[in-house]
Amino acid sequence: MRINLRKMHDNQAGIISSVKVAGELGRRIRDMGLVPGTEIKIQGRAPLYDPVALRVMGATLTLRNNEADYIEVEVE
Amino acid sequence: MAPTVALAGNPNSGKTTLFNELTGSRQHVGNYPGVTVEKKEGTYVRNDDGFRLHIVDLPGTYSLTAYSLEEVVTRDFLVNQKPEVVINIVDASNLERNLYLAIQFLEMGVPICIALNMIDVAKKRGIKVDAQKLSSLLGVPVTPTVARLGKGKKELMDSASQIAREQRLLTPLKISYGADIDPVLSEMENEIAERRFLTDTYQARWIALKYLESDEQIISKGQKADPDFSNRLKEMGRKVSHHLLNTLDTYPEAMIADQRYGYIKSILKQGVIHHKYDRNRLYSSDRIDKVLTNRFVGPIIMLAVIAGLYHFTFTYSELPVGWLESFFGWLGSTLSGVLPEGMLKSLIVSGIIDGVGGVLGFVPLIMFMFFGIAILEDSGYLARVAFMLDRVFRMFGLHGSSVMAFIVSGGIAGGCAVPGVMATRTLKSPRERLATLLTVPFMNCGAKLPVFALLIATFFAKYEAAIMFLITLGAWAGALLVAKLLRVTVIKGEATPFVMELPPYRMPTFKGLAIHTWERTWQYIKKAGTVILGLSIVLWAMMTFPGLPDKKIQEFETLRQAEISRVPVAIADELEAAQKGAELSSPARNLKKRLQYIDAAEAGAGLRYSIAGRIGGALEGISKWAGFDWRTNIALVGGFAAKEVVVSTLGTAYSLGEVDPEETGSLSETLARDPGWSPLLAVVLIVFTMFYSPCFVSVICISRESGSWKWGVFAMAFNTVLAFILAVIIFQIGSALGLLVK
Repeated sequence: MRINLRKMHDNQAGIISSVKVAGELGRRIRDMGLVPGTEIKIQGRAPLYDPVALRVMGATLTLRNNEADYIEVEVE
Repeated sequence: MAPTVALAGNPNSGKTTLFNELTGSRQHVGNYPGVTVEKKEGTYVRNDDGFRLHIVDLPGTYSLTAYSLEEVVTRDFLVNQKPEVVINIVDASNLERNLYLAIQFLEMGVPICIALNMIDVAKKRGIKVDAQKLSSLLGVPVTPTVARLGKGKKELMDSASQIAREQRLLTPLKISYGADIDPVLSEMENEIAERRFLTDTYQARWIALKYLESDEQIISKGQKADPDFSNRLKEMGRKVSHHLLNTLDTYPEAMIADQRYGYIKSILKQGVIHHKYDRNRLYSSDRIDKVLTNRFVGPIIMLAVIAGLYHFTFTYSELPVGWLESFFGWLGSTLSGVLPEGMLKSLIVSGIIDGVGGVLGFVPLIMFMFFGIAILEDSGYLARVAFMLDRVFRMFGLHGSSVMAFIVSGGIAGGCAVPGVMATRTLKSPRERLATLLTVPFMNCGAKLPVFALLIATFFAKYEAAIMFLITLGAWAGALLVAKLLRVTVIKGEATPFVMELPPYRMPTFKGLAIHTWERTWQYIKKAGTVILGLSIVLWAMMTFPGLPDKKIQEFETLRQAEISRVPVAIADELEAAQKGAELSSPARNLKKRLQYIDAAEAGAGLRYSIAGRIGGALEGISKWAGFDWRTNIALVGGFAAKEVVVSTLGTAYSLGEVDPEETGSLSETLARDPGWSPLLAVVLIVFTMFYSPCFVSVICISRESGSWKWGVFAMAFNTVLAFILAVIIFQIGSALGLLVK
């Protein structure tokens, strides 16, 4: 099933299926290793539920919810 | 000249640790030309034969696009300075993501060698990296290192020196970017090579790649060099882009990035890396995070840490600040005793010593603040603070990391905007950083407190605590709202993406902390010092010249003589002969007091007559809208030197002589009696003091940190206008409604 990264719950894992954004934001997302085919896991959210922390290739990354909106994830 | 070695790598890869380890104390910090990005340089000397290498620490980056200043600086340095070798530091426990930068160096054809850093951490995490295999697959030397312990340093520098000596030219790495991009890329590459389009500086294939990635810097260079051909390349890029969007719903730059990661994966799969455990299993660092960023406990711990930092900075620096103050006090009074009465003495004591003392007085504060922040930064906690607070600060166009600067500046009343402005260096987003450094001076720094204390004690003695609390809230509200205003007007623009890494918690090294603290403190002393010395002389001159005309001085002298002749000669002689602090008889004490009244009246008249006094008088026409007379105006002009000067200058203007900001009893009584003053005016002056121009030390720091005098001038003008508008509104409405009258 394909869902938006924002909709994933804590500790849920999945594989990125698409990153649909160009420009600076798109590049930053890709530079950090968030590209299709990458496995991610939601590590947690900040006290106000935004930003979100992800586990990617053994590191922890953070992004805001409105930035996560561009990322679609394939989950079980 | 010694060959140049550049250090490059991702943030948190241990680059700075390696730099410190290689250069030790033989390093200095400057800026890259025209930008505020720090440039660190140093010298590495090999122990056995004294062979020297010039080391440049490039800013930490994840990629080589042209979006951030750090990336542009790195790219320009590689192209223009052509370092003999680049050491690319990669985090062995995070290899896949770190190699993304390495691949881009290889694509550029930069001669690199790889430091496989933190190999010990990787091992602990059950990650085994075959350095030799990686080296043969990438075609560059790979040396395992542990920068913190200096392990592998020698081997690394040996292979770097070898590359530097051989002056090997690397053929740029060619990756396949897929069936849609490759043919166009070759076509563009050939045409670029044929035309020699920008090929003096860059490789043809790389230029083509940047056109496909729509890289702003390269395209604008191309437009200048040959607009027609540049447009042709852009058109070719647009065609591919259109095709990719229609068929695969993606962009060329995304496709290129995907293929780079694909290339890295294919290399790692050939037996370079072995994972003993699941890659996403939790490590001790993540367990710490479960507590420190917990929804409920996290914010409480954060408040405690921030309060702790604040306490550390301002309490422990009190002692050295006190030493410096008493040293300059001693120097001033000693020189006063030695130098002959007159202009020179006044210039040296009131102008130069007070000015230099003012600059150096901040030094312990800055050192403690940077030391504390360095601990939070190097340990990785600062990134968590930004993560937890981002949601709140983003509403006002700021960034989670802005909080430190606000707190240090006086978010808890009693800070200082100078270290606060410098604390914005931890912010990597340019627009958010500028908005932060322009609004931190609204916080209630320690120098504004004596002004508030005087006015509150005089007019609202009963509600002291409540009013201080309101003032603190007002400062926060004002700063955040103005930040929002700036972000939708002069610093307009999209929020900088928050995508960032939460680095694993690490124990900071003392060496790293010490170097970090010292280099920033020294920069402050060096650069701010000279300008501030000049400005304090100017302010001194404004409040001294022109001196009272001789006739006036004569009048005061006559008054003095009259007082003296009124008492028996013995008493006048007693006063004259008395040592400082000696016990005087009661008539002599009376005489002394009366003479001091005359001195104070003369000082008051002198101030009114000086340039500053005339400015104050001239401004009365406007300032009366806010209820300020010339005395308040001069005091506020003086407050530009340092806000607590408002109190002492008010004292002089009310002919009370020099008033010690800590000891304001007589001034308070005078204001309470003065018919021109009312509780309403006190509120107006409090609000004005909160918001008007930052003191000039802050203005200089703002100019330096923003990289332009324009912003320093903006802060002075904008803040003063804002403060004046607020003051007029409060005063006019208050007067019309008859609020807070005596």
